[in-house]
Amino acid sequence: MTRSRSRHRLKRLAGRAGLYFSVLVLISPAILFFLWMLSLSFKNEADNTAFPPVFIPNPPTFDNFVDVFAKNDFLTYTINSVIVSFSATGLALLLGVPAGYGIAKAKATKAAVLILIARVTPGLSYLIPLFLLFQWLGMIGTLAPLVITHLVITVPIVVWIMIGYFEGLPGELEEAALVDGATIWQAFRYVAMPLARPGITVAMILAFIFSWNNFIFGVVLAGRSTRTLPVAVYNVLTFEQISWGPLAAAALVVTAPVLLLTLLMQKEIVAGLTAGGVKGG
Amino acid sequence: MSASTTPIDRVAAKPSDPFRHGPNYARRYWVFAMPAAIVVAAVIVFPWIFTLFMSVHDWKVSGAVPFVGMANYAKMLVDDRFQWAIVRTLIFTAASVIAPVILGVWAAVCFASNFRLRGLARTIFILPMMATPVAISLVWTMMFHPQLGVLNYLLSLVGLPPSAWVYDSATVIPTLVMVETWQWTPLVMLIVLGGIASLPSDPYEAAILDGANTWQMFRHITLPLAWPFIVVASVIRMIDALKAFDTIYVITLGGPGTSSETLNILLYQTAFAYYDLGYGSAMVVIFFLLILLISILLLHVRQKQAFQ
Repeated sequence: MTRSRSRHRLKRLAGRAGLYFSVLVLISPAILFFLWMLSLSFKNEADNTAFPPVFIPNPPTFDNFVDVFAKNDFLTYTINSVIVSFSATGLALLLGVPAGYGIAKAKATKAAVLILIARVTPGLSYLIPLFLLFQWLGMIGTLAPLVITHLVITVPIVVWIMIGYFEGLPGELEEAALVDGATIWQAFRYVAMPLARPGITVAMILAFIFSWNNFIFGVVLAGRSTRTLPVAVYNVLTFEQISWGPLAAAALVVTAPVLLLTLLMQKEIVAGLTAGGVKGG
Repeated sequence: MSASTTPIDRVAAKPSDPFRHGPNYARRYWVFAMPAAIVVAAVIVFPWIFTLFMSVHDWKVSGAVPFVGMANYAKMLVDDRFQWAIVRTLIFTAASVIAPVILGVWAAVCFASNFRLRGLARTIFILPMMATPVAISLVWTMMFHPQLGVLNYLLSLVGLPPSAWVYDSATVIPTLVMVETWQWTPLVMLIVLGGIASLPSDPYEAAILDGANTWQMFRHITLPLAWPFIVVASVIRMIDALKAFDTIYVITLGGPGTSSETLNILLYQTAFAYYDLGYGSAMVVIFFLLILLISILLLHVRQKQAFQ
């Protein structure tokens, strides 16, 4: 009896060890990658091109970051990215939250199919016609085409997440409001929307991240002064003498806001991604 | 938001009770969707229709645009570069579905059990898919450097010969698949984890009483019950792999030569480097049909055949 119990405990212990080992194996590629990215951006050029590689910056230097902002107009590109992503996310919420409510209430599955097809379509395929359209309208070289095309990413994300969220809410409170003489707009605005605030937060975060990360629309539509950060950092690679420190520093500057947001809002992000399988572009 | 409704389930579900408040009930709520519908029509539906229109014209950026009928489509049948791009895309996609799905299911099973620092580990695990693709592609490019890259140094530490990574046509596709797997396994994990979290606990309790081991529980309980979620995750992964652009564009731009030129990269080159918009549009149409066909096929398989 005691022997079988201790064997059972040993098996449990082995199971735990196996679990921890598996988790370590699974997360180590991510950990090593981001540590290496940090290492590259805080080392001087001699250490970055040394072989065998130097792993820990000694002493750590901020020269690469200074270099990136001195040699490129990264401030302008940062402002461009902020304008484009905030506008595209804000407009998507304005349009998508009511739309999600309407589709959920009307149980309009056909509309949901349209959103699904938008998810399936390659981002590049919108670009040929829209590129011509913006050219005819003389909008190339302004930020407007970028904001408009980013709606292709943000609107489906918001609508999709909001359909799921509004479907999950109990309808009794709105019905009570309607019985008391509220219009359906008031029922939406003052009853359903406050209840859906967590869903709106999730939709906002994901729409913002995937808009911020988008590269393909910027690479085609942005002019010299309207580049977003991902496009600008790609140009550091192509048009400068390749030096690894500034390149890694530029990459870190672009992705740091998104990584921080993920670390801070991990619960919301996981909930949204699990339900929607969303990803833009 | 219930974790068990996946996008495809939601679309497949029949409306349970559309006429709860009489025939006008549904119609009233359409008002809410109108502004979004107008914008979607402008930025999503208009491009689709216009693409179809362009695909039957010889459309360069400037000059006349003569109607050429199906000539652009006929050109694909004899265009070697296009056909190789299709083959490459399919190979890249198959590998970029299989590896992330296997690893993603494994990760989902791990993250479904309780352990210390699980939240932190899960957050770290999903960082690759949230990070800006261009940024991570640049860092990967530096890591692949044949002489100075850290990866060849790591290989030499464990006694393996150096690899040419993306600088050789034989290793470029497997290397890009590795990046894609690193980046997108987390999405598979999250979808499957959502499925596992919604499973009932009684089969597991019964299995433990019967003395089943971990593998048996996975094989005979988790896998069959979570199968629908694994299929959904595979379909989503497949669509995203077919569309993969940012990482390939930044790391190789289709090279060396054309050895990693997938359909999406060729499409970009045709439309925005050679400015052959008519031919590019025809490619978009075929590309879109290919994605739609494979998605429908996989969903059909899912409905017909549950996991054995």
